[in-house]
Amino acid sequence: MKKLKLNKSFWFGIVFSLILYGIIRVLLTTGVLDDVAESTLILVCINVMLAVSLNLINGITGQFSIGHAGFMSIGAYVSAILTLNFDVPLVFALLIAGLVAALFGVLIGIPTLRLNGDYLAIATLGFGEIIRIVLLNTEYVGGASGLSGIPAETTWTIMFFFTLLTIVVINNFIRSSHGRACIAIRENEIAAEAMGINTTLYKVIAFSLGALFAGIAGGLSAHKFYVINPGSFNFLKSFEILVMVVLGGLGSTAGSILGAIVLTLLFTALQNTPELRMIIYSVILILMMIFRPKGLLGSTGLSFMKFGKKEAKPDDVISESSSS
Amino acid sequence: MKKIGAIILTTVLTAALATGCGNNKNNESNAAANGGNAAAGTIKIGANLELTGGQASFGDSALKGAKLAVKEINDAGGVLGQQLELVEADNASKSEEATRAAQKLITTEKVVAIIGATTSTNTLGIVPVAQDKKIPLVSSSATNPKVTVDERSGDLNEWVFRASFIDPFQGQVMANFATETLKAKTAVIYTDTSSDYSKGLQKFFKETFTKSGGTILSEESYQQKDSDFKAVLTRIKEANPDVIYLPGYYEEVGKILKQAREMGITVPFMGGDGWDSPQLAEIAGAAALDNTFMSNHYSPEDSAPEVKTFVDAFKAANGDLVPDGMAALGYDAVKLVADAITRAGSTDATKLKDALAATKDLQLATGKITMNETHDPVKAAVVLKFVDGKQTFEAKVNP
Repeated sequence: MKKLKLNKSFWFGIVFSLILYGIIRVLLTTGVLDDVAESTLILVCINVMLAVSLNLINGITGQFSIGHAGFMSIGAYVSAILTLNFDVPLVFALLIAGLVAALFGVLIGIPTLRLNGDYLAIATLGFGEIIRIVLLNTEYVGGASGLSGIPAETTWTIMFFFTLLTIVVINNFIRSSHGRACIAIRENEIAAEAMGINTTLYKVIAFSLGALFAGIAGGLSAHKFYVINPGSFNFLKSFEILVMVVLGGLGSTAGSILGAIVLTLLFTALQNTPELRMIIYSVILILMMIFRPKGLLGSTGLSFMKFGKKEAKPDDVISESSSS
Repeated sequence: MKKIGAIILTTVLTAALATGCGNNKNNESNAAANGGNAAAGTIKIGANLELTGGQASFGDSALKGAKLAVKEINDAGGVLGQQLELVEADNASKSEEATRAAQKLITTEKVVAIIGATTSTNTLGIVPVAQDKKIPLVSSSATNPKVTVDERSGDLNEWVFRASFIDPFQGQVMANFATETLKAKTAVIYTDTSSDYSKGLQKFFKETFTKSGGTILSEESYQQKDSDFKAVLTRIKEANPDVIYLPGYYEEVGKILKQAREMGITVPFMGGDGWDSPQLAEIAGAAALDNTFMSNHYSPEDSAPEVKTFVDAFKAANGDLVPDGMAALGYDAVKLVADAITRAGSTDATKLKDALAATKDLQLATGKITMNETHDPVKAAVVLKFVDGKQTFEAKVNP
């Protein structure tokens, strides 16, 4: 197993994205990009966080989870209550929210990740619904009408750095020996176990890491759009995130990012034609699945230097991690 | 590790490009958005409505009503010598989309006022934007009190108004109707605990009913998507109240009514505007709806001339479609704004806001409106009775 190397390309990427961040920041402060553009950028980043973190569970570890909106809602509610009722600064509230979501990831993960395939999907779906029903019936968090008047403290700066953090952490995780173990589980769980990988442990790690970032994304979303209520975190929200991941290419981080960006912008662009919004959205998805069933990027990753370089094939990965 | 860099770059670059392209035409100063007298041309009013998603039928009705109002005003020469223009924005029945649609309407389209959304939750997503940008917001049918009064601080949201009455009023209307018209002494309340709307109505019905000497025998509850209500209905039957108050949405209400009538509960049922759907009769069956009453914003059968004029004009414009409450309120919201612009003599946001707050005795489709100090219209509600599964006008209750 190669050691984690922060090579030149990595730093070039970081510096480059920081420069871009700076440019956007300047454009925002000078008013060239208005607040509609800012909220679109923030929504794109939130969806990128959600898609990338779900891809870790669904695409990399191969565990079909559709309870992501549940983790998102935990993060949203925890952070909103911390800032509203306890005056906690946003960044700390987000970190706590992420940790609580991750804790739930562990609690939910331990019993359910022994299941696989359809059974796991149903269990996670059930979990998402339980969270929603609990929130619906808890007066402290506002019941059906949820919480409103949440301070809009999510700025482009905070959003950008959390998105960057998500991508860097998850991508590094995937490239680490732990990530390789997760990929091995996806490819063949029995074989992975035979090679000495503690499959339950790695599944729970991936699950809670995904939950952590989903929770933070939920918190960021709550602090941008003022209102949260249980209804906005139903299973349809989970599917929305899943569609982004599948559209981009299951198992490809770059694909998840692209899927999130494309779908968010598509939805925003179609705002002016409400009659056609859902039709165009659905037609694009159907066409995608017919002509590129593996998603926009499929298993192809994006490389900074060489565009379109193939990602290591799964069997290479397994042989690589087993030989280490 | 190369990929991380690539990924980050792609994210930022694509996002920046895509949003940048869409919006670089908005470089003009934002000052124009905050009012100032609109020069020659049209006066833009934003319609932030549920055109897709779960509540699309509400938004669609409201939009039809709003369009009719704009057409009538323009045919009569417009406002301040200018034509009104309705700018539509879909909020997809989601509060975060409502926020974004409001930002777009204010910053990009530079509307002088926003109407919508139809539900309280989605309107709450617009409220902070309107407050922040200082643009008047008139919700057509957000009935929750916290839309115009911030629930935490208790402060008035000075830029936010509504065209409908609020939930407490509906509860009071039905309580008074029960004691005065139905001569009821005892009641059972059967609430949908998964809805704040239902809980709001329940609370104020109880208050008013007990104050006027009635007794609440018991309070029962159900949740949305429940389908078997027989256990609770058996208890209610044993309690034998004079009336049963059922403030819920049509789907469960329909099932409850059907099962109650099957079990031989014949006493009157009463509810609020959540019953207002053609599906209620389909689910419950016309027979089960006998001896039931609901409060609503208006009735298309009301014989008052202003209602008749509105209903006829709406039918003419929409192929004989009978306007529902949402359509009437969408129509009223636009008329409220137009009236305020006329009285303010300008589209300046502050003057417009003050004019809206000073609205007095304005005759609209759903009644004569006077804004009270919390920006809620003081106006009549109607009580409807079901005859052969159809809503018929029973009474108009003035506040």
